[in-house]
Order: sequence, then C-alpha cells, then structure tokens
Amino acid sequence: MEDIKPQLVKVTIDGIEVEVEPGTTILQAARKIGGNVAPPAMCYYQPLKGSGGKCRACLVRVAAGSAKDPRPMPKLVASCITPVQDGMIVENSTNEQVLTTRKAIVEFLLINHPLDCPVCDQAGECDLQNFAFNHGMATTRYEEERRTFEKKDIGPYIQLHMTRCILCYRCVYTADQITQKRVHGVLGRGDASEISTYIEKAVDNDFSGNVIDVCPVGALTDKTYRFKNRVWFTKPVDAHRDCPTCSGKTTVWYRGDEVIRVTARKNEWNEVTEFICNTCRFEKKKTSDWVIEGPTKISRSSVISANKYRGDLIKPDFQRKLAAATYTHVDDERDTSQLGIQQLTPERFAPVLPHANDPEP
Amino acid sequence: MQLTNRSKEVSNKEMTMAEKMYLPAIVQGLAITIKHFFAKKVTIPYPEVKRYLGPVFRGHHILKRDEEGRERCTACGLCAVACPAEAISMVAAERKKGEENLYREEKYAAVYEINMLRCIFCGLCEEACPKQAVYLRHDKLVPIFTERDQVVYGKEELVEKMSDRYIRTNPDAQATPTEPSFSRSVS
Repeated sequence: MEDIKPQLVKVTIDGIEVEVEPGTTILQAARKIGGNVAPPAMCYYQPLKGSGGKCRACLVRVAAGSAKDPRPMPKLVASCITPVQDGMIVENSTNEQVLTTRKAIVEFLLINHPLDCPVCDQAGECDLQNFAFNHGMATTRYEEERRTFEKKDIGPYIQLHMTRCILCYRCVYTADQITQKRVHGVLGRGDASEISTYIEKAVDNDFSGNVIDVCPVGALTDKTYRFKNRVWFTKPVDAHRDCPTCSGKTTVWYRGDEVIRVTARKNEWNEVTEFICNTCRFEKKKTSDWVIEGPTKISRSSVISANKYRGDLIKPDFQRKLAAATYTHVDDERDTSQLGIQQLTPERFAPVLPHANDPEP
Repeated sequence: MQLTNRSKEVSNKEMTMAEKMYLPAIVQGLAITIKHFFAKKVTIPYPEVKRYLGPVFRGHHILKRDEEGRERCTACGLCAVACPAEAISMVAAERKKGEENLYREEKYAAVYEINMLRCIFCGLCEEACPKQAVYLRHDKLVPIFTERDQVVYGKEELVEKMSDRYIRTNPDAQATPTEPSFSRSVS
C-alpha cells in the first residue's frame, strides 16, 4: 500500500516549507501556503487546462533546483508552469530581483493598455489593476502612441474592447473548453494580434458569458451591465437557483433593491470554479429568481468593501493574527482546581432575562 | 520701604475750575472719537462686499470643461467613494455618435448631484478626481438657501459655463497614467 500513495515532495517557498504532491506547480504550492507567498497570476487560471506561461507576472527565483541538484536555476522561472521538485527552494517576494522584474512586467503589460480605468467597467475588480497597484510604479514612462482597436459587439451580451486586452488567452481556453470545435482564437502577431476568428459563433454557446468572468482586464465586458454602476457602489450577495444547464451558484450584485449584474462565484484567487450559463447570467435579473444565501465575503483591502459598514465584510483578523504571533505560552504550574467558578444555570436567569434560553438568531 | 520703582506718588493737589468741570477729559475723549471717524474701518459690509479668501479656499464645486469645451467628467465614481459625507451621487451614460464635442470620453455623467447640506467642503473629491474634472472654486461661495429642495445641486449648477470659465493654476498637478495629456503638451 505504501508505494501506491505518491511520495510527497518538500518545497520551501519564502522560507516556509510545504509538502505537495509531485507534479504540482510552484504557484499551486505557494497558493497552498497562501497570503503574500502566492505569486500574482494574470494569465494562469487553474480551472482552464493549458493556461499559464504567457504573462510572466508569476516569475520567481529558484535558489536551489532540488535536493539532488541544488544549483540555482539560471533565470527566473514562471511559477505557474514549473513543477516542483523535492528540496526545491523558491524565493518570491523575498528576492529583490523578482520584485524589480515584476515592476518591469507591469510596465510591459501597461504599454499598450489604454489606462481608461475611470471609464472601464472592470475597475475595482480588475486583476491588472491589483497587480499594478501591488507591484508597479505610480507613473508611466511610455510616451508613444498606444495601439487602438474599434470596440466590437460579440453577440447581444458581450462587448470586446481589444485595446484593453493583454493577450492572456484565458478566453480562448474557455472557448476551447465549452465548445467542441475551436471557434475562438487569436489572430495576428505582436501588437497586431487580436482576439478573433469566428468569435460570433462561440457566443451561440450557452456558456459563452463566462469569458467575461475569466477576462483579467476589462476587454470582455457584460453589455447588460455596461456603465450601469461602479462595482464599489454595488453589493454582492451569494445566491443560487435551480438551473437545468448549470450549477446555478452565482454572485448577484445589487444596487439598492435592483439586481444589476450576475456573475459566477470567484474564489480567493479570483478564479471561477463553477461556470454558469447565459440564462443565469444575463436573463435572471430579479430578486424573485434567486435564493439568497448571504453577503459575499470580500477582502477588506478591496475597494468593493468601501463604504459598506457591515461587520461580516470587514475581517478584523489582523489584531488576532498579531496577538497569535506574539503569544508565548506561560508555564504556570500553580494549582487551578479552585478557580472553576460555578456557573448559574440558564433557568436561573429566566425571571429577569426571559430570552436567555433562546437559540442565537 | 520701596519695593518697586513703579510706585507713584499720589498727589493731593487741588483741581482747577476747568478740571472740576471735566473739560480737558471731555476734549480728550472727543478727540479719540473723532480720530476714529477718519481711521480705516476694520469691518466690511459683508453681503455687498466680499473678502478675498485666498488661493486655497474651498468653495462652490465646479465640473470643468476641457479646452474644447467638452465635459471632463467620466462618471468614474472616485469622488463619490472618496467623499466622507457621501454627498455625491451620479448616473453614468454612454456617449452617442455625434456627441463627441460635448463629452470627452465614451462615458459621461448623465446625472451628477452634490447635496450641499451634506458636503463638508473637505476637497477630497478634488483630490480623488483622475480627470481633473471636479474643483472647489476659491472665488465663489455656495449661496445661502431657504428651502431644502434647493440644496441638491445638479449639473445645471455645477458644470462650468463657457462664458464664466474657472481657471486654477495648479503647479502641483502632474500627468497621471489616466490623464497623460495633462502636462505632456506643456513640454
């Protein structure tokens, strides 16, 4: 039985050791640790087979290749497509070279990006915005003309702003996954390359709306949500409905009492694990269509949590983490047997607090 | 015993007839009064005359137009999210074909409202604006109002009139990635 179970390999990322199955990528191992250790990813999307290795946002330094061959890798490697080896030592945010390279990557990605965030509907939940905010510079050095394309309507629901595209290929892989025939791809080379090729045929598919969620920037946007509101003024709520075609698990975005957008649910890495169908996404825009589960958890650093004074949105775990980190166990061997204070039974409170026995709402 | 040099010898001198009638004191008092008739006044008759409030005063909001008279605001909502009093609200709309001379970008604010009862004139909206669109005028105060329905200012009150343009020389304004044209043209 022992040999059937795969041998776990040990990797050290930013000084934190983690055990993963062989074949796992560095990025997945780092995500297992979580937090700041995980490198940013613009093109890699775990649910999409074959994605990754294009944007170079996740470059890390491998200080030791493996236990057998502890030489460092000569160049920075893309962590999303590099599998781990036993005894590998990876430096992510602890390495100065990685951080300066990442700054340059942000600059490269933004060279042809129009930076029309004040207009773009994706602003506030944009991967590129987050990436540039965390790793980039506040100014631009680029003075030349940026490439421009005409905006295109892809079917009745999706709009393509090719100017904003960073060519991550996520939508192409999504189209590959939802259709049998390849109908969606990238045409042209260099800065002339463009998401295209029979794209009108891909949108016939019942799951074509997922390219909107998958897009890390605002290149593919929801036409039913176009310029309706900014994301940080809307309130996301987890909801589900009985859908014959998909899982029906969605996030419903409210403005006041009005549903203005429906998206698939995203996990902490901003990835959709369960794709939803176009009926759920574009046509069910009434509260009566949905069974509300509760407010979506949003990280406190996100702008979506701005001006929403709800306790469940704000995670005050920093102090708790700090306290846990600085906690030292005190070896106290004094007799504590007499410290137990006899608790009054809830029945004793009944005359003064009649609701003391009620279960918590 | 003398403690300080400030002690004064009290004279018990008999006052003259004029002094007994307070004549020198009255003349002295009148002189002071008449002097003030000709002195420069320290107050101003406020509603008719207004003081210069300085170049950094934060007064009436204005939604700027650019050099060609197009509205700069793109309804990005950053002023509204920055506003600590939640006084600003807006509704965005898409620019139609043929409106290129009215609005600068493909999105514009169809409705832009500031509730002047809520506004605390902190100037955070001005700081947040990535398009240099909203400013608080240093030369104009928000007028007094008598009815509560007068306090919500819409675009009619806020958008800059082409006949009355507001120019603020702001040496600190820099080109931002979202507004690269701002100082590029200067150099």
